[in-house]
Amino acid sequence: MILLFLILVPLLSGILSFSVKGSAAKTLALISSMITLGLSAYVSATNYKEAIVFSCEWIPMLGTQFSLVADGMSSMLCLLTGIVSLVVFLTNLDKDTEAPGSFNGFMLLSQAGLMGVFLATDALVFYVFWELALIPVYFLCSRWGGEKRIPVTFKFFVYTFVGSLMLLAGLIYLSLQTPGTVSYAWADIVAAGNALPATTQQGLFWLIFIAFAIKMPIFPFHTWQPDAYEQSPTPVTIILSALMVKMGLYAVLRWLLPVLPMGVALWSNFVVILSVIGIVYASCIAIVQTDIKRLVAYSSIAHMGLMSAAAFSANAIGMHGIMVQMFNHGINITGMWLIVSMIENRWGTRDMTKMGGMASVAPRMAIALVIISLANIALPLTNGFVGEFMLFNGLFAGDHSAPQIGIMVLAGLGIILGAVYTLNMIQKTAYGNTTEMVISKDLSVNEYAGLAIIIAVILYLGVYPKPLLDLTAGMIGG
Amino acid sequence: MANVVYLVPLFPLIGFLINGIFWKKMPKSLGGAIGTVAILASFIVSLGVFFEVKSASFHGPLTVTLFDFISTGNIHIPFAFQVDALSSLFLLIITGVGTLIHLYSTSYMHDDEGMVKYFAYLNLFVFSMLLLVLGANYLIMFIGWEGVGLCSYLLIGFWFKNRDYTNAAKKAFVMNRIGDLGFLVGMLLVLFNFGTLTYLDFFGKLGDASLIIPKSTYNWIALCFFIGATGKSAQIPLYTWLPDAMAGPTPVSALIHAATMVTAGIYMIARSGALYSLTPSILHIIAVVGLLTAILAATIAIRQYDIKKVLAYSTVSQLGFMFLALGVGAYTTAVFHVMTHAFFKALLFLGSGSVIHAMGGEQDIRNMGGLGKHMRVTQATFFVGCLAIAGIPGLSGFFSKDEILAATFAHSTLLYALALIAAMMTAFYMFRLYVLTFNGKFRGTEEQHHHLHESPAAMTIPLVILAILSIVGGYVGLPSVISEHNTFATYLSPVVHNFSHHHLSHGTEWGLMGLSVTVVIIMIAIAYAVHSKPKFKESTGIAKLLENKWYMDEIYDALIVKPIEGISNALDKFVDRHGIDGIVNGVGKTVRWGGDRLRMLQTGQVGTYIFIMVMGIVVLFTISFFWIK
Repeated sequence: MILLFLILVPLLSGILSFSVKGSAAKTLALISSMITLGLSAYVSATNYKEAIVFSCEWIPMLGTQFSLVADGMSSMLCLLTGIVSLVVFLTNLDKDTEAPGSFNGFMLLSQAGLMGVFLATDALVFYVFWELALIPVYFLCSRWGGEKRIPVTFKFFVYTFVGSLMLLAGLIYLSLQTPGTVSYAWADIVAAGNALPATTQQGLFWLIFIAFAIKMPIFPFHTWQPDAYEQSPTPVTIILSALMVKMGLYAVLRWLLPVLPMGVALWSNFVVILSVIGIVYASCIAIVQTDIKRLVAYSSIAHMGLMSAAAFSANAIGMHGIMVQMFNHGINITGMWLIVSMIENRWGTRDMTKMGGMASVAPRMAIALVIISLANIALPLTNGFVGEFMLFNGLFAGDHSAPQIGIMVLAGLGIILGAVYTLNMIQKTAYGNTTEMVISKDLSVNEYAGLAIIIAVILYLGVYPKPLLDLTAGMIGG
Repeated sequence: MANVVYLVPLFPLIGFLINGIFWKKMPKSLGGAIGTVAILASFIVSLGVFFEVKSASFHGPLTVTLFDFISTGNIHIPFAFQVDALSSLFLLIITGVGTLIHLYSTSYMHDDEGMVKYFAYLNLFVFSMLLLVLGANYLIMFIGWEGVGLCSYLLIGFWFKNRDYTNAAKKAFVMNRIGDLGFLVGMLLVLFNFGTLTYLDFFGKLGDASLIIPKSTYNWIALCFFIGATGKSAQIPLYTWLPDAMAGPTPVSALIHAATMVTAGIYMIARSGALYSLTPSILHIIAVVGLLTAILAATIAIRQYDIKKVLAYSTVSQLGFMFLALGVGAYTTAVFHVMTHAFFKALLFLGSGSVIHAMGGEQDIRNMGGLGKHMRVTQATFFVGCLAIAGIPGLSGFFSKDEILAATFAHSTLLYALALIAAMMTAFYMFRLYVLTFNGKFRGTEEQHHHLHESPAAMTIPLVILAILSIVGGYVGLPSVISEHNTFATYLSPVVHNFSHHHLSHGTEWGLMGLSVTVVIIMIAIAYAVHSKPKFKESTGIAKLLENKWYMDEIYDALIVKPIEGISNALDKFVDRHGIDGIVNGVGKTVRWGGDRLRMLQTGQVGTYIFIMVMGIVVLFTISFFWIK
């Protein structure tokens, strides 16, 4: 039942939120996210050895069961969703949001959808939650977004809509191949997929892969992302980059790799190459950005590239690394967006050429920026390092042939280029003489609290990553 | 004492946390005191550790495991320290020189508003450096390795309002990262092939024939680690960050960019001596790179006018000597030179800091001259430093440099001849620097002249102590022609020993010594003669080339930095926005119903999204129902 509550709490409070006004809506969201975090922490703490299961009848006519399972990976992602949501609502407390009731309502609905996606073991339930997570985002972007929100939301919509339909078609096709009657249960889908001939698997692979590739995003399916991140209000950007991209990667690990092994085997090298091209490509573009949000957006594409390359490299340490890095990237990118939105708020612009001198005016903010940036470039003793080290191990465990080494080198360039664009950002914003600011204040109490949570996780898991490694150890099959 | 070795890095960590958390409220003097006492406490523990390791009752390396760091599948990497002769020696150098430089900083930085922050960074640096040398496996070394890089970055850009300084900081970090990638790949290779990163396990498996690891793999590992070392220890081609790193406060240059951090590469290769002894071809590369760096940097140092830049290039050059020693298999000799260099180079940098302090921030030696009259202690100690680095008999630098030259001679006469030339240049540029700074007439402004004074005791005491160490520090490693017992080599022998096939006769060794002493004295005499009445005019030809550092920065800029920026801009402007995005937008537009929806969207009716999505789903389900039989 606890798994059901993990979805119901944000779902119901989200619906309730639409009828609440002003600061009450903010309090409601905060309380709801605290309860959800508590629940997900409980789930993570108790399922070390054994997965938690929930199942009930849903639509028998379609052959679908409302079944949820929380294993290590699911619990970890629910925990991440819990932490990120709490931080988002916490830091948003003192912001002026237009119609906060509706805003938080959509946010909470999206959170419920995410929880469902990470827990579902029935393909149709998974798909429904996938859409439930996405649809509120369209509303959030198009109503609360920046000046170019309409075309950007449209582009985002076209991308994900195309992806969703392909995903649905693929899942329906698989459900029809299940032994016995139509079933969407994960085990049946896996059995059905494995039984398919290689050529069919290939076709299905592309159908489902593109849906997930758009979400992650993998080069060259990424161009919705910088625009969407740039134009969305910060809380939405955080949901998109910290959680929704993990949804894509999670879906690959849960609904693609085990389901279509032959299709994956045939195309995995290709995907790895796309991913590492994406790392270098996105890193290079990040170097020349002057818009701070676009810089972070491209940096995130580069990071996801490394994770997806490891996902398709098929080895245990890389997989474990992905688990670790999904969590850590979620934390770090949340911190990054928080600080970036504070920077934008202080200078009233996203143009870094107009910034400078934050370290003089707002030293606490500058320190937070530096720590989060260091985690972003995977400096040892920050949480970013452990995952990245394991991912590189995963990439490196291949046959050491010439192309393999080429891939390594490209992925490795990301480390160097990452340092370049991240330090550029620090230099342009924090250092130099102070330029004219709209608000020259250091961190507010809420901002401080939100960043403190993020930084505490960064340092704790950086020094002592064992809890996270243990939680997700079961996922790599020993 | 050795089993509580974790106290050594713990004290600086505590110092960092106290100063780092309370930097806003902390009085400056208290912050300085906390920072200094933290390192002093580490030094005291390090002394205990050192004497325990030195005692007869100490058997072999001691591993102190704190906790499991990364554990996945069959890979276990503990957070563990290794206490042995090599690490305990480095502990002493780092905390000993570190304490003196912290003490010096309490005075040097006293007028800086960021003093508490400065001490926090400096403590964090020492903490990282201690992790680097204490780690029982390559991963812990790597943690320290990147940690010191971070602190170096923070301290180079300490005066963050100056864009040139923050550029220098960024350059240092990025160039170090290039090297770090080599280190990382080396680690991955070790882990992949040997299943461990722990030194003792790894070295134990090196000769294991049952593992069937090709010779080339050993070479690749050795090469990758060396690439890492070229970044951190400023060797060709990754040396250009170190001279720029002089943007930081001068005590930082002394501690990080002379005495400790930049010797990390030498530590790493000496630590991995068991591996390098199996890869003579890589050792050869190391020797050549080291020698070339020693010569290149020395030529540049000859024509620099910034007091710190001369010392910076001198450091690059001396590090080159250390790599030369490693390359010819003389590992203990390299470590010996690390130690003596830490003494005299820290001394020289702190001395230059004292000079800059007196000159009110002026660093150009063309505007100095005759400072000796005004600051006797600084002059005398600086003179000792110059004698030591030049290799005058009796001082520490003589013994270590002579050992390097002798080992090189045993290896190859050509390398020896080139190394001797580099040593001659060292003597020349150091005494050029000394004469221009302290002798002759004062060439600065009247105001500066009026302001000249000796530095306070907190600054001169470290100078005196370091000067004494620069004199006596060499007697622990007397050459075999003088003494049967080389205490230094004996101490290190359980961990590191020279890998060299050749032995020189006593006669040859005396001869080499005589030759190097003679040429060095001649060079010093020339330096005095040329610079006693200096005239500075626009340099031309080769001098101009040297003054502009062989235009290396400009070459790197044109070959690497500019092309990357160009490509990145092209990717951003054309490929991403017009190429890929253009296709996507094109697809969107050509689909008719897409166009219709665009119109609806622009009226703001977001609800249409859902409508279309639901319609799509319904259609798909309808299709699927027809398929069910």
